[in-house]
Amino acid sequence: MSDGAALLRLAGIHTHIGRYHILHGVDLAVRRGRLTMLLGRNGAGKTTTLRTIMGLWRRSAGEIDFDGRPIGDLETPDIARLGIAYVPETMGIFAQLTVRENLLLATGPQGFDEAQLEAVLALFPALREKWHNAAGSLSGGQKQMLAISRAIIEPRRLLIVDEPTKGLAPAVIQLLIDAFLRLKQSATTILLVEQNFHVARSVGDDVAVMDDGRIVHTGAMADLAADETLQRHLLGLSLASHQ
Amino acid sequence: MRPLDGLLSGDRPGGLVLSLLLLAVLLGLAFAPFLFPGTRPLGVAARICIFIVLAASYDVMLGYTGIASFAHTMFFGMGAYGVAIALSKLWAGWDAVLLGTAAGVALAALVAILIGLLSLRVRAIFFSMITLAVASFALILATELRDLTGGEDGLTFSVPRLLTPEFRLAAEPVLGARLDGRLVTYYLIFVLSLALFLLMLRVVNSPFGRVLQAIRENEFRAEALGYRTVAYRTLAGALSAAMAALAGAMMALLLRYNGPAATLSFDLMVDILLMVVIGGMGTLYGPVLGAVVLVMAEYYLQPAMAAVSGGLKGWPVLPALFDPDRWLLWLGVLFVLIVYFFPAGIVGKLREGRR
Repeated sequence: MSDGAALLRLAGIHTHIGRYHILHGVDLAVRRGRLTMLLGRNGAGKTTTLRTIMGLWRRSAGEIDFDGRPIGDLETPDIARLGIAYVPETMGIFAQLTVRENLLLATGPQGFDEAQLEAVLALFPALREKWHNAAGSLSGGQKQMLAISRAIIEPRRLLIVDEPTKGLAPAVIQLLIDAFLRLKQSATTILLVEQNFHVARSVGDDVAVMDDGRIVHTGAMADLAADETLQRHLLGLSLASHQ
Repeated sequence: MRPLDGLLSGDRPGGLVLSLLLLAVLLGLAFAPFLFPGTRPLGVAARICIFIVLAASYDVMLGYTGIASFAHTMFFGMGAYGVAIALSKLWAGWDAVLLGTAAGVALAALVAILIGLLSLRVRAIFFSMITLAVASFALILATELRDLTGGEDGLTFSVPRLLTPEFRLAAEPVLGARLDGRLVTYYLIFVLSLALFLLMLRVVNSPFGRVLQAIRENEFRAEALGYRTVAYRTLAGALSAAMAALAGAMMALLLRYNGPAATLSFDLMVDILLMVVIGGMGTLYGPVLGAVVLVMAEYYLQPAMAAVSGGLKGWPVLPALFDPDRWLLWLGVLFVLIVYFFPAGIVGKLREGRR
């Protein structure tokens, strides 16, 4: 996978959390306008990679460039202000605020862009019905929809999403797949961590597979989806078992 | 109802019972001099107004931002000492009142900003300890700087003539209330308190207030959205401190005296905390009810117990149990019951199921 058109580039990233050495030299390129899947077994270092990109955990070595600019030393709010939206694994909603207030947090002082708001609510119509409800009262799927909506309510240059389908019902997962496919049509650059291979195969353009804090494979998602042997080798699974 | 929404910044109390309770408090305070004539009831009503502002300003820190500070009485004291020093050392004029208030508010905001920038990055428990240390230092300072603050005796001073009992608007009482400087003082405090409360309501319902609530829920998520949480928390602290200082200035004008025990004591800090917790954190309407409950209990629980004790004369044990000297015991029981039955505070309970 050539990284010539990379919007985000990680080179030799090491991250320590306390005395634990989690990332052991991660090299990753996220290409513009593409949806890059970050796959790997539990504990491979996927979430740590995303949190390191966002500055929530500081890297101990290596370089992180966003659009050619080093961001490894920036504070999290400064990284977010570059146009990077992050949806954490825990959904990242503010439970005591309403759906409307959660979305307003991600807009500028001018409030909602009506056209953008309509586009987001068209992706997730359930949120319209819960507009004035506390986010904490939403179902798991609705919370995830809200978290993703908040990330895209303003134009973002890069959307980073951590395991959005975890623990959700199949019908909701399909909704999220449809949403990501529509986001891809708008040429949004997305880095998506996912355990569900069906989701990964449905939406991914590029793929990077992690193991033990390193990237062990990069390439086209379609190639990995077509190669069961490689899947077993890299992920310890076969596509057939995750249809 | 749009003007009401505008006045309340779109944050209606929610629920009929709560709305009626708050309306009763508003009307009770607005007409207190005529409904409850006398110096003592007027003083109690004025204290309720002041403590509403003080407790609400603490709620901006604790309830909306999630910062547990023990330095709030220090800011209250700064406002009170600002007015007290200006009126005792300069002259008893309105310009001295304004100068003292401005100095107290500015100092409170500045100290809050310094505390915030130096210590809001540390863990919550350490921040609380730092504020406790700073507040203790301020109390010692106020006691030791006798020439300026009057030491433990405090400062007694004259206020502008309009606010003195000697000033008369009319020779005859109206509806049982004497139209004198005390009445003017009360309505000055009432109007200022109402304005400051509505201003705080506006702030917590603004985009700024929304960010504070987001920070309270999850600081890291708020940072990942691009918000500099330390800056927001520091600003919230400065605003809260300025409001507390204004409440202190009003207290000084009411008492025409200020000393460490009146505005800087740790007992007062506990009272503020109880007002916010009993009323309901993170609601602003909570401190209103909390202030009413606590101030009324402090002033009227003892007389009420004396009446009960007298009524039970001849019964075994009970008269002793309701002896007025045991009022703190019953105040404690009252708090335990309120916390048990209203863990989210009175307003939290009354608003249950609203969202």
